Amino acid sequence: MNTEEVMREMAVILDEVAGVAADQVAMDKSFTDDLEVDSLSMVEVVMAAEDKFGVKIPDEEVKNLRTVGDAVNFIVKSA
Amino acid sequence: MITIKSAPARVGARIVGIGAYRPTRVVTNDEIAPLIDSSDQWIQQRTGINSRRFASEHETLEEMAVLAATEAIADAKIKSAQIGVVLVATLTNPVQFPAVAPTIATRLGIPDPGAFDVGAACAGFVYALSTAADMVKAGSVEYALVIGAERMTDVLDMTDRGSAFIFGDGAGAFVVGPADFNGFGPIIFGSDGSQAEAISMTSTWFDFRSGKVPEPPTLRMEGQQVFRWAVSEMVGVAQRAITAAGLEPKDLAAFIPHQANNRITDAIVKALDFPDSVAIARDIRDSGNTTAATVPLALHALRSEGRAPAGAPALLLGFGAGLTYAAQVVALP
Repeated sequence: MNTEEVMREMAVILDEVAGVAADQVAMDKSFTDDLEVDSLSMVEVVMAAEDKFGVKIPDEEVKNLRTVGDAVNFIVKSA
Repeated sequence: MITIKSAPARVGARIVGIGAYRPTRVVTNDEIAPLIDSSDQWIQQRTGINSRRFASEHETLEEMAVLAATEAIADAKIKSAQIGVVLVATLTNPVQFPAVAPTIATRLGIPDPGAFDVGAACAGFVYALSTAADMVKAGSVEYALVIGAERMTDVLDMTDRGSAFIFGDGAGAFVVGPADFNGFGPIIFGSDGSQAEAISMTSTWFDFRSGKVPEPPTLRMEGQQVFRWAVSEMVGVAQRAITAAGLEPKDLAAFIPHQANNRITDAIVKALDFPDSVAIARDIRDSGNTTAATVPLALHALRSEGRAPAGAPALLLGFGAGLTYAAQVVALP
C-alpha cells in the first residue's frame, strides 16, 4: 500500500474507533492535540491499524507516533 | 497397594450468599482532579468513573472484609460454624505475613477453618472463587467463604497521573455451598509473567528499608500496555469460558467483568456482541476500581438493581497485575 492508500484507511479507522471526522485527518495533524484522540483511543487505533495493515506496532513505538503522518509512514515502512 | 480414601464428592456447588461493604466516604472526581492536573470530564471520559469510596482510618481491610462477609453469611442463611474454609483475595494486606484470612475468620466466629490469602490482584477473587467451588465439589468442605477486600488508598500515590483517579476501597464476599446441580462452569485462567512490570510497585519494600529509595513503594501502572492486553486478550478468554460452560453469549443473564475501566468493558461487550438481555455490570461508575473486590461488589450492585435473576448464568471475568486472568460462568445466587 502506498502512503495515500494507508492515509485513506487511517481516516476510516480514526472515524470508527475515535469518532474523528474524515475531513479533519491530515498528515500533519497531531493525534492528541489536533484530533483529541486520548491515550486509550490511541491504543485502539493502533490495534485496528495492526489488523487492517498486517503490521506490528509495539508499545514503545506508539509513543513516537505523534502525528497521523508518523503513523502512516511507520505503516508504509513496515508493511 | 494401599487405598487412600477420598472425601465423598458432591453433585455440585453454587454461590449461596453475597455481601458487600462500601466505605462511607464518597470521593468525587473533582476532589482527585487538582492533584493530578486533571478534570472530572477527563476522568469520566477515560474510565467511566463518577466517584469512588475511600476508607477511613476505622474502615480497615479486616473490618471491611468482616462486614461484607457477615452480610454474605446472613444472605446464605447458614451459621458461621458451617464454613470450612476462608479465602481472602487482596493485595493490600498491610503486613506481608501473617495472612489476613485467619484473623477475619476468627472475628466472624468461624471455629478452626482452613484460611489463606490469594494473591492474584484483580483476578484474585475469581481465582479464589473457583478454588472454593472445587473444594466444596470435592467434598473437602461444606461451605466456603470467599472475600475480595482492598484498601487501595494505602498503596496509591495520589499525585500519580497514571493511577490516582482509577482506584477505590471496598470489600465483597460470596459464600459457596453444596447444590444438587452444577453452579460453576470450567475455570479459564492463565498468566503472563513477562508483563509483570505492567502493574507493579515503584520499588520493593526492602529497597526502602535499606535506604536505596527515599519513599515507600506505591502502585504504578503502564495504562496503555494494560489496556491493550485487556482489550486484545480478554475477549478470547471470556468467549472460552462461555463455550466451556456449553453456552453462547446470548444465554447469559449477566456479564460481570473486573471493573478496571468502562472502555475495556465496552470493547469486550462489543466484540462478544451481547444482546440487550445480558445485564452488564458498570459498578465502576460509583466504586472505581477496587482491584480484588470489584467482581463481588459489582454483582451486589447488579442484584440490588434487580438485574441478577437467581439461578441464571452469569460470566465473571477478572484480569490484572501479574499479569493474571480468570473467567468462569456461574449460576447467580
